[in-house]
Amino acid sequence: MTTSLPTCLETSHKKLAIGLLACVFGGPLCHGQLGHGAEPEVRFNRDILPILADHCFTCHGFDPAGRQAGLRLDTRAGALTELESGARAVVPGDLAASELWARVSSSDPATRMPPAEQGRGLSSRERELLRCWIEGGAPYEPHWAWIAPVAVEPPMMAGVTEPVDRFIRDRLAREGFTPSPPADRITLLRRVSLDLTGLPPAPAEIEAFENDPRPDAYERVVERLLQSPHFGEHWGRWWLDLAHYADSDGYLQDFLRPVAWRYRQWVVDAFNRDLPFDEFTGHQLAGDLLPDGGVMARLGTGYLRNTLSNREGGADLEEYRVNQVRDRVQSVGTTWLGLTVGCAQCHDHKFDPLSQREYYQLYAFFNVTDEANFDAPLPGEWEPHQASKGAHDRQRAELVARWGEPLAQLQAEWERMMLRTEAQPGEDFGWDRALELLGLQWGQNLGEGQLEGLNIIKTPPEKRTAAQRDRLLDYFLGAPPPALTARFNELKLAELKAQLDALAKTLPKLSRAPGVMAAPVARPTHVHVRGDYLRPAEPVTAGTPAILPPLRARRETVSNEPGRRELAEWLVSGQHPLTARVTVNRLWQELFGRGLVATSENFGLRGDRPSHPELLDWLAVRFVAQGWSVKSLLRTLVLSQTYRQSSQLRPELLERDPRNIWLARQGRWRLSAEQVRDAGLAASGLLNTVVGGPSVKPPQPASVSKEGYANTWEASPGADRYRRGLYTWLQRTSPFAQLVTFDLPDTSRSCSRRERTNTPLQALTLLNDPVFFEMAVALAARVTREIAENDDARRLERAWRLTVGRRPTPEERDRMLASLTQQRELFAADPAAAAELLPPGSPPVEPAWVTTASVLLNLDEFLERE
Amino acid sequence: MPTTPSRREFLTHGLHGLGGVALWQLLASEGLAEQAVRQVAPRARNVIFLFMMGGPSQLDLFDPKPGMAALHGQPIPDSLVKAKKSSTGQVLETVMASPRVFHKAGQSGLELSDWLPHTARVADELCVVRSLWCEQSNHDPAQLLLHCGTPLFGSPSLGSWLSYGLGSESQNLPGYLVLLSDDGHGLEGAGSALWGSGFMPSTHRGVSFRNQGDPVLHVRNPPGISRGTQRARLDVLRDLNTRHQQVTGDAEIAARIAAYEMAFRMQTAAPDLLDFADETLATRVAYGLDDAPTRPFGTNCLLARRMVERGVRFVHLVHSSWDHHSDLNGRLQKNCQMTDQPAAALVADLRQRGLLDETLVVWAGEFGRTPMGEVRRGINVGKEGRDHHPQAFSGWLAGGGVKPGIAWGRTDDFGFHVVEEGVHVHDLQATLLHLLGIDHERLTYRFQGRNHRLTDVSGRVVSGLLA
Repeated sequence: MTTSLPTCLETSHKKLAIGLLACVFGGPLCHGQLGHGAEPEVRFNRDILPILADHCFTCHGFDPAGRQAGLRLDTRAGALTELESGARAVVPGDLAASELWARVSSSDPATRMPPAEQGRGLSSRERELLRCWIEGGAPYEPHWAWIAPVAVEPPMMAGVTEPVDRFIRDRLAREGFTPSPPADRITLLRRVSLDLTGLPPAPAEIEAFENDPRPDAYERVVERLLQSPHFGEHWGRWWLDLAHYADSDGYLQDFLRPVAWRYRQWVVDAFNRDLPFDEFTGHQLAGDLLPDGGVMARLGTGYLRNTLSNREGGADLEEYRVNQVRDRVQSVGTTWLGLTVGCAQCHDHKFDPLSQREYYQLYAFFNVTDEANFDAPLPGEWEPHQASKGAHDRQRAELVARWGEPLAQLQAEWERMMLRTEAQPGEDFGWDRALELLGLQWGQNLGEGQLEGLNIIKTPPEKRTAAQRDRLLDYFLGAPPPALTARFNELKLAELKAQLDALAKTLPKLSRAPGVMAAPVARPTHVHVRGDYLRPAEPVTAGTPAILPPLRARRETVSNEPGRRELAEWLVSGQHPLTARVTVNRLWQELFGRGLVATSENFGLRGDRPSHPELLDWLAVRFVAQGWSVKSLLRTLVLSQTYRQSSQLRPELLERDPRNIWLARQGRWRLSAEQVRDAGLAASGLLNTVVGGPSVKPPQPASVSKEGYANTWEASPGADRYRRGLYTWLQRTSPFAQLVTFDLPDTSRSCSRRERTNTPLQALTLLNDPVFFEMAVALAARVTREIAENDDARRLERAWRLTVGRRPTPEERDRMLASLTQQRELFAADPAAAAELLPPGSPPVEPAWVTTASVLLNLDEFLERE
Repeated sequence: MPTTPSRREFLTHGLHGLGGVALWQLLASEGLAEQAVRQVAPRARNVIFLFMMGGPSQLDLFDPKPGMAALHGQPIPDSLVKAKKSSTGQVLETVMASPRVFHKAGQSGLELSDWLPHTARVADELCVVRSLWCEQSNHDPAQLLLHCGTPLFGSPSLGSWLSYGLGSESQNLPGYLVLLSDDGHGLEGAGSALWGSGFMPSTHRGVSFRNQGDPVLHVRNPPGISRGTQRARLDVLRDLNTRHQQVTGDAEIAARIAAYEMAFRMQTAAPDLLDFADETLATRVAYGLDDAPTRPFGTNCLLARRMVERGVRFVHLVHSSWDHHSDLNGRLQKNCQMTDQPAAALVADLRQRGLLDETLVVWAGEFGRTPMGEVRRGINVGKEGRDHHPQAFSGWLAGGGVKPGIAWGRTDDFGFHVVEEGVHVHDLQATLLHLLGIDHERLTYRFQGRNHRLTDVSGRVVSGLLA
C-alpha cells in the first residue's frame, strides 16, 4: 500500500518540498525530503485519492452517466483498463506508457487534464505525487473506513504538548493559518459547562473560576463538570437522538408508553457512571442475554424499544413487526457503524460494499427479538412486594384451582385456536379478530410488546414462567372470543376475573420497564425481493458484512437466538474499523460543531472524507485503549488548546475556511432545544434540578396536542413544570412545540446530527411564550431580590452575569439603562398594562425590569454557545 | 473540499428566514435546485391543498356506479372479497349501492353527487380524478404516503419540499401554513407529521395557523405588553445584537436580527389575516361564514385565499374526519354540509380574482371507501358504513395549469379497482411538482447517504391532467 519515493520529490522541487511538503507530510516523506534518510512513502488514501476525487471523479468516477472516454479512476481495474482510444490511463511502474501522466503533465491546453474549465488545475506537488504513485506501481487502498485505525505518532510541534493540538496545529500550519488565542475565562467556562452538562455556569461558579489563580483551575472545573449528575442528562440526550426515544407509540392512536422513561434513566445513569462504551453497547443490544446482567443490563435493551408501534385495526402485525426490525437494523447501522445500511433493504447498496443478502443477515440478528416489558422494581418496591407475594400467589392458586380443569381446558382450546388461526387465517372472522386483538391490545395502555401474548402461547406451558402464566390467564379472562362466550359464562369466569383483579390490588406493584425477549419459536429470515416482506427469497442466517472483520462463533445459549450478544461484541471488539471512529467522531462533533468526518452518520464511500484522518484514528485507538471511557475521551478533548480557543470569526478565516474545517477557531452555535429552555430556567432561578424520574408535561397551548389523535396535555403540577427539557414528555404525533421549534429531531428515526435553524417562530417563542415570559418575571424578581438596594446598574450587572456570564460593557450598560427608562415611561403612561403584566400574586417586581430581563433572555449571546 | 457553503448550510442557517428569496436565486451558481426547478415552465405558483382526512367515499361523491343499485345487499363477487382485508378484521361481502343521486353539472357534464350542489356549480373548473390509488389501507401510512411520499414517519411533506425547492415569497408570513378543522370528532391521523419537515431543517415545517385565538403559536404579545413596548424591546435587542455581531464577526447574528424583525411583522400580519373587515358581504355569504356548519371550513378556505394573496406558497387545509365506518349517509352529509360550499366558493373566488390560474387547488383524502357495506356490531340497519379502500378513490384538482371540466380515469363496475388511467399517489405528486415547474426526479435532498425524493423511486407526470 505504500511505495518508495527514492528521488521523486528531491531535485526539481526541493524548495517546495522544504517549504510545503515538510508540512504536508507529518510522516516519513517529510523526513526523507529533509534528508533524514527515512523511507518516504506515498499512501493512496492519504495522498492520491484526494487528488483524484477533487479533480477527476466528476468525469471519470463512479457515476456511469457522467463518465467521459469510458474511463473510471475510482477503481484500479478501471484505471488500468484499455480505453476506447487504445491507451491506458495508468500502466503501473511505467510513466511513459501512462496516458494519465501524459495528460496531467501536458503543456497543451487542448489535451491537458484536468481541463481548464474545471477550474483549479493540479499543483506541481500533486503532479509529483501522481508520478511517484504510478512509478511505485499505482497501488490502490480499500476505502479508508474499512481499514482498522492505527495510531500514528502525533506530529512534533514546537511548544505544543497535547496530541490533539499537535495534529490540529500541524494541519493549520500547512494550510497557512494561525490558531486563535484562548477564549477569555468566562466564555470558556460557559462553553465547557454547556458542553459537558448542558447548563450555563452559576454566578458563584463564574466568580470562583475568575478568581482561581491556580494553574490547574480549568482542569478542576472540567473535573467538577464531569462528575456532575447533570453530565449524564446532557450526554444522555445526545444518545437519545440516536436511539430516537419517545414516550408514545406513534401511528394513529399514538398510545402512551408510560414506562419508556426507564430506558432514558438508564442512559443518563450510564453516562454518569461512565459505563464503558463497549458494555454500554452490549447492554443495549443484548442486555437480556448476558448471564450476569441482571435488571441493570436488561434496562439497556430499552434501546430496542424505541421503534414505533401500529395498533390500528386492520394493521398487519407482521408488516409492522418487519418495519420494527428494519428500524432496529437501520438504527444500529447509523449509530455504531456509521453506515446507511437501510439502502440495501431493496437492492445491493449502490455505493458501499453491502449486498442485499448481507442486509438481511444483519436483519436476522433482530428477527426473533420481540418486544416484552419486564419487572424492574424501583427503590422501595421490592421488599413490600416480596412480603406479600407468597400469600398472594397462594390465594391466586387457590382461586384458580376452584375453577379447576374446565377452565384449563377452555384456555387450552383458546390457545389452540389462536395458533391455528395464525397458521390458517380467514377461516372464521371471530377467531381472526380475536387473534388480531391479542396483538393490538396486549398491554396497549402500558406500552407492552404487541407479540408478547402470542409468544407466551407459543411457549410450552411447562416452560412458561409463573408471571407469564398469570398474565396470559388474566388476558384470556378479560377478552374471551365470541365463540367461547357461552362456555365462559357457563363457568362464571367473570366472577373469577373479578376476584383475581381484587386480589391483584392487594399485591404491592413492581414497576415495569421496556425490554425484549427472544421469540420462543424460530422465525427464519429470508431476503425480501425488492424489500417486500411478502416476497421472501433465499433464506439467510445471521452474519456480518464481508468487508468488515469476522464475527466470532455464536455461543450455545438460547436456542432461537441468532447471536445478538455476539453482534454487540463484534461491534466493540477493538478490531472493528468503524465503531470507535464513529463514536469519537460524534463526540468531537458535539464539542467542535462538526465531525472530523462531517457526515457523522455516513462513513461509507459517499460520506465525507475525514478532515484529519490521523487525528481521528489516534482518538479511536486511544478510546479503545482507555477502556472505552467516554468521560476520559471528553476530558482529552476539552483540555486541548484547540477546544479552548476563542470562537471569534476572523475575516481571513471566514474567507478561506467558512465552515471551520481546520479549526483555527472554536465554533459558535445556537443552543439545542433543551438547552434554550434549561438555560432560561437556570438563569431565572426556576430550574428544578432533580435528576431522573418519569416524563413531565410543562405547560403549552392546548392546541398543540389537538393536532394528534385524541391527545390531551395536562400540564404537570408544581415544580415539575420547571424540569429540564430532557424530561419533557415526547408524544410522537404532537411533540412538545417549544422543542420542535428549536429543532428537536423527528423521533421516528435515528438522528446523528441535529439541525440548527434560525426562524421567526423561535423569536416568537422566546418573546411571547408564557413559559419564557414567566422566566423573565422570575429573572427580574431574582435580580431585584439579590441586589437589595435600588441600583439599576448593579442589578443590570447581576442580570448580565446570570444570563451571559460576563459583565456588560459601558455601552451595553448605558443602552440598557436607556431602555429601562423608556420602558418605565411606557408603563407609567399605561398603568393598565402594568397591572396586566403583573397580576395580583406576581412576584414584587417592576414591570420595566420584566421587559428588560426578557431582552436578556433573547440576546443572541444568551442563545449561543460561543 | 469545496469552499462554497452547501445548500444545506444555507438552509440550516436560515437564510430563508429572511424571507422572499427563492432557493435557486440564492444558489444560482450551485445549479442543482435550479435544474430541478427550471426544468419545466411553472404553471402554478401556489398550492392550496384541501386534505380530507379519513378517506371520503368516492362512490357517494364522485364516481357514480348506477349498476350497483340492482345488486344492493347481494354478495359481491368472490374475487373482490378475497382482495380485501377490512380494518376491523371483518369480512365485508355485501354490495352497498350509493344512496346518493348523481347529476350532470355545468357545460362539461361532470357527474357529481347531490350532496355536492356547490361543487357542481364550479364543475367546469374541476379536473376530477377517479383513478387515484395506493397500497396503504391504514390511516397513518396512507396519509404519510400522500403527504410525504412514504408510509413511514420521518420524511418531509409536500409543502416542505416546495418550501425547500422554491422558497418563500412572503416577507411577513411563513411560506407554509396549515389550517385545521373537524366535524367534532377531532383529527384522526398522523398529526403534525403530515406537515412536518422530517429530515429537513424545521425552517420548512408547516406552521399551524388557528382561526381563533392565537393564529400562530405565541404570535400574540404577553399580557401587558403593548405593540410599543414590544417594539422597544426589539429595538434594544437589535442594538445589543448588532454590537455583538461586531465583536464576534458572526453574520449569523444578522440572520437572527432579521428573524426577530420578521416575527414582529408576523405579529401584525397574522392577525390581519383573520380580520375579515375588508371582505364584502357577498364574500362572507359565499364562504358561509355566518352559518354554523360552514363557518370553520369556510373561514379556513377564505384564509387560504388571503394567504395566497399575500404570497404564502403552500396552504394546507386539513378537514377531519371522513372515516365513515358507520352511518355513512348521515356523517357524509354532515361533512358535505361543512365543506361543499366553502370549497366551491374558494375556487370561484380565486377565479374571480384572477388567482386561479396561478394557484393549484387539490381536494383529496388518503384513500376511498369500499363498495361493500360495513355493519359494525350493534349498529342498526340503515346505518351502514364503508371501510377503507385504497385500491381506487377520487379527488379533484382545479386551476394552476390543470385541464378543467374533465373526469380522469375509470374504475370497474363496483368502483373496486382502477381499470383505466390509474394515478398512483406518487403520480399525483409528480404531477403537482410538474405544475409548479419542478422535475420530481431532480428535486432531491441528501439525508443519511441517499438522495431522497418526494416520489421515492417512482411517480410519473400524468400529462392527461395538464391543460
